[in-house]
Amino acid sequence: MDIVSATAIEHPPAAPHQHAPPTGFLRKYVFSLDHKVIGKQYLGLGLVAVCTGMLLSWIMRYHLAFPDKPVPLIGFFAPTFAAGGVITPEFYLQLMTMHGTIMVFFVLTTAPFAGFGNFVLPLQVGAEDMAFPRFNMMSFWVTFVAFLVLVAAFFIPDGPPLSGWTAYAPLSAVGKGAGPGEGLGQSLWVVSIGIFCIGQLLGSLNFIATTLDLRAKGMTLGRLPASTWAWFITSMIGLIAFSVLLPACVLLLLDRVAGTSFFIPSGLVVSDAVQPHSGGSPLLWQHLFWFFGHPEVYIAIVPGFGIVSTILPAMCRKPHLGPRVLIACELAIAGLSYMVWGHHMFLSGMSPMSATLFSVPTLIITIPAAIITLLWLGTIYGSKLRINTASLFCLGFVSVFVTGGLSGFFLSQPSIDTYLHGTYFVVGHFHFVMGVAAMFGIFAGTYFWFPKMFGRMMSETLGKWHFALTFLGVYATFMPMHWLGLEGNVRRYSSFPSDYMHGSLALHRFITFAALFLGAAQLIFLVNLLWSRLRGPAAPDNPWEATSLEWSTPSPPPFDNFGGKHPVVSHGPNLYGVSGPRGDYVMQTDPPIAGLEES
Amino acid sequence: MGKIFAAAVTIIAVASAAVFAAHIWWLPPDISALGLRIDSQISETMIFTGTLFVAAQLALATFVWQSTGRAGAIRVFPGGPMPMVALATVIVGVEVLSLIFIGTKVWANIFLAPVEANALHIDVQAGQFAFYFRYPGPDGKFGVPHPELIDEGNSNFFGLDPKNDTAARDDIVSASLVVPVDQPVLLTMHSKDVGHSLFIPQLRLQQDFVPGLVIPVQFTATGIKKTEIVCTQLCGLGHYNMRAYFEVLSKADYAKWLQDQAGQ
Amino acid sequence: MQQSITPPSATRTGVWVGIGAIVMSFAAYTSAMVVRQGSLPDWHHFGLPPVLYWNALVLMASSVTLELARQRIGGPFDRLGRGATSHAWLAWYRVTIALSFAFLVGQFLAWRRLSSEGLYLATSPSSAFFYVLTALHALHLLGGIGALLYALHCLRVDDGPRPVDVLSAVALYWHFMAVLWIYLLVILALWV
Repeated sequence: MDIVSATAIEHPPAAPHQHAPPTGFLRKYVFSLDHKVIGKQYLGLGLVAVCTGMLLSWIMRYHLAFPDKPVPLIGFFAPTFAAGGVITPEFYLQLMTMHGTIMVFFVLTTAPFAGFGNFVLPLQVGAEDMAFPRFNMMSFWVTFVAFLVLVAAFFIPDGPPLSGWTAYAPLSAVGKGAGPGEGLGQSLWVVSIGIFCIGQLLGSLNFIATTLDLRAKGMTLGRLPASTWAWFITSMIGLIAFSVLLPACVLLLLDRVAGTSFFIPSGLVVSDAVQPHSGGSPLLWQHLFWFFGHPEVYIAIVPGFGIVSTILPAMCRKPHLGPRVLIACELAIAGLSYMVWGHHMFLSGMSPMSATLFSVPTLIITIPAAIITLLWLGTIYGSKLRINTASLFCLGFVSVFVTGGLSGFFLSQPSIDTYLHGTYFVVGHFHFVMGVAAMFGIFAGTYFWFPKMFGRMMSETLGKWHFALTFLGVYATFMPMHWLGLEGNVRRYSSFPSDYMHGSLALHRFITFAALFLGAAQLIFLVNLLWSRLRGPAAPDNPWEATSLEWSTPSPPPFDNFGGKHPVVSHGPNLYGVSGPRGDYVMQTDPPIAGLEES
Repeated sequence: MGKIFAAAVTIIAVASAAVFAAHIWWLPPDISALGLRIDSQISETMIFTGTLFVAAQLALATFVWQSTGRAGAIRVFPGGPMPMVALATVIVGVEVLSLIFIGTKVWANIFLAPVEANALHIDVQAGQFAFYFRYPGPDGKFGVPHPELIDEGNSNFFGLDPKNDTAARDDIVSASLVVPVDQPVLLTMHSKDVGHSLFIPQLRLQQDFVPGLVIPVQFTATGIKKTEIVCTQLCGLGHYNMRAYFEVLSKADYAKWLQDQAGQ
Repeated sequence: MQQSITPPSATRTGVWVGIGAIVMSFAAYTSAMVVRQGSLPDWHHFGLPPVLYWNALVLMASSVTLELARQRIGGPFDRLGRGATSHAWLAWYRVTIALSFAFLVGQFLAWRRLSSEGLYLATSPSSAFFYVLTALHALHLLGGIGALLYALHCLRVDDGPRPVDVLSAVALYWHFMAVLWIYLLVILALWV
């Protein structure tokens, strides 16, 4: 095609890959431009990160239950931090900081959004790849470097930072004197998160351009599957959120290494030394951080909405109730998520009036969330539910999302937050609504798309055991945290020397046993992944009899996704419970059928 | 498996709700003037969210129970999505509005109320990892703190300058917060180094210390009690052990305590 | 080249999305500056080095020359730029790149000037914001220069995406750089 005629066509039909699939190992599996490989790389990173984060939480839980007993094996693996297996208060906080950071950034952001989004979104819109494959590859490798930089903090003399995943200034800004890990460890943390922002911005840019410009013929916005809509909305949230966190990290790093005073006020005396800073504002860090931090919750959970809303109709053999209402609610949540960050700062000494102002949108955001929940319930109602691991995790998602969402009602009211703010109630709340719900979305997605990714089915027996034990373990672990919180038990404590908190030890022990049980249940998942990858029965193209485009191509899809063909879309993603030539569903790529109304 | 799931969800929901309803783990008894309003707000929210929690989980369990392996045609939810939208908007919306209305009033009572004329003014400083409380002494005036003069070895926790500053000479510095009963107290809170927070569960009072800011907060203790203040804002390795005693005394005992302190 | 699958509309969408992200991050810096300035009365104003204003003209001029170059490419032409319309576009293109480097030199002179007056990054909050904002703008501008050179490369070789698409996307980003600098100049002149 010569250039003159090419410029004349505004929208050329998507050209086939003008290049052969890469053959070398590096190009094929490491520095691959293929969105499917990049998606798997992100999921692999998420898997490594989630195992790391969970191990850290085990050490913390063990210490909380048995503060005087050395933790087994730790003295061997971390002799500098935990000599003889004894967890010092500072090591506890370092574990906690790394647990939070790894889980929020490298699990809850990478897996549901970057991981599944990368693998599935181009397939679902009918594209051969992302719009900018090079940016896509950079996105993953930048994120990978960020992870290495963060984990490197474990291997330096002072260890990782202890300032929590929120890194409140000035604790995070004044350097070594503030505590162990606040030297190089905290600098590594800031650099890692800054790099991470760049990786996610590149990813978001790709998701948006791909969804808007690379859709197959006939794939209108209204025909996009719920999961693609969710990733699209998430990337818009991420674009704004990470654009704000990046400047915050730059300014914090300058405070640490260049002597500026963005977040450090005058006259601080840390470790008996008057700090040479003046006039900065610690609240500025909190504002910038939470302007990112609250939308980050939705970056973790909205892809879960999409995954559940894609899987549920397929397993219920019934159209999703109100698919457009669902999208509208997700958009409302995305918009409102930028007006609520102050609810993390009710007690921060900002103007009490603004507490009220932030409380209102926070409570209002529960309305679209409630509508989405009811839409799922209405979809399950009167359906022909097929129980399998993917659908069970979707049902579990609905349950834990309800539980976690409702405890948010307490925390969104400033006067109640006055009591519950620094307690385990908050820990229970965000683990349910952000951690567990998002993880259930990840699990559902894994069991659902694994056949497409690897061409093999996962073991349903192991899967159902995994779900059952996980579901019980989750409630046993995180529900009692609300009770601890009501008692006034304070989070981020390595032990409870205060008189009034002594009584909480029994409940803490129960939680620890539940957490160990919950973690052990995840071994079933790891075994299942490994076994199914190697020995699982071959997967057909469309094992779930689902409608969206990824099921119209072989499992696993060829390098260019549709084998040189250009899918043409004639239907929405929601045609279940109809009578078509295939049975009770019509795939999006099926030819138009007379008399079939699109909902 | 679907029916097992439905049964499990039912049991979990009912059991969890029962533990909340039975107050097996609950807030410590309140000893403050405003705490009762917070408690009643928590109870109202608990009833509302508890009802929704049980209702939603039971609906999930019921629908899953009915739908698992069902034969025959699918049934559309009566009326489509709009009743859902209306239901959620009305139920949640009404509750949201009333929570905002009640909550704002309680909040305003805590943080927007004007300073009581007879309030006892106590200056609080948080530092890694202790609280210090300063009473103005007989002259009723606080000395000016100078960060560069802070010298913990010589117990000059606030960086006072008694040589040059007459107001500072009679300031009383205590490691515990001691207040008379039924007396409005005004705390002015500031931090020496990093962020901290002051939490007195029995007063339903929690407020962050933000370096660089002086944050006022008021309370009135209504019961005689000795309990603890703990730090709830991550402040470093000693965070878990950053605490102070909080003592509410009768007016007579308080006067005696103050005299003892001044004599030291 | 894998990017050959990228349709022109996606390239433009990508640039717009990127611009959105950059706007958002500079909005964050701006609000940080406003908060920081309002929080304490220790804000020291200082006069901006005049070269910054000249630089605004230089950057605007580079936008104009880029458009002049683009107009001369607009019609049918061959890939090496040897065509009926001669090398005229290439000359304007080179002027654009020269102007962009002139801008960077100008910024460097401004930093030298301030440091000779004893105003460094950590000297005062106003100087801190000055250096951060100008340095970040320069960093984004360097990215723009890289994009200009990449577009030139695309115009000169047979492989790769269609040069006109790349060039129109690069031009969009380049004009945005000028707009961003004028915005920064206004807020710096008003606040620091």
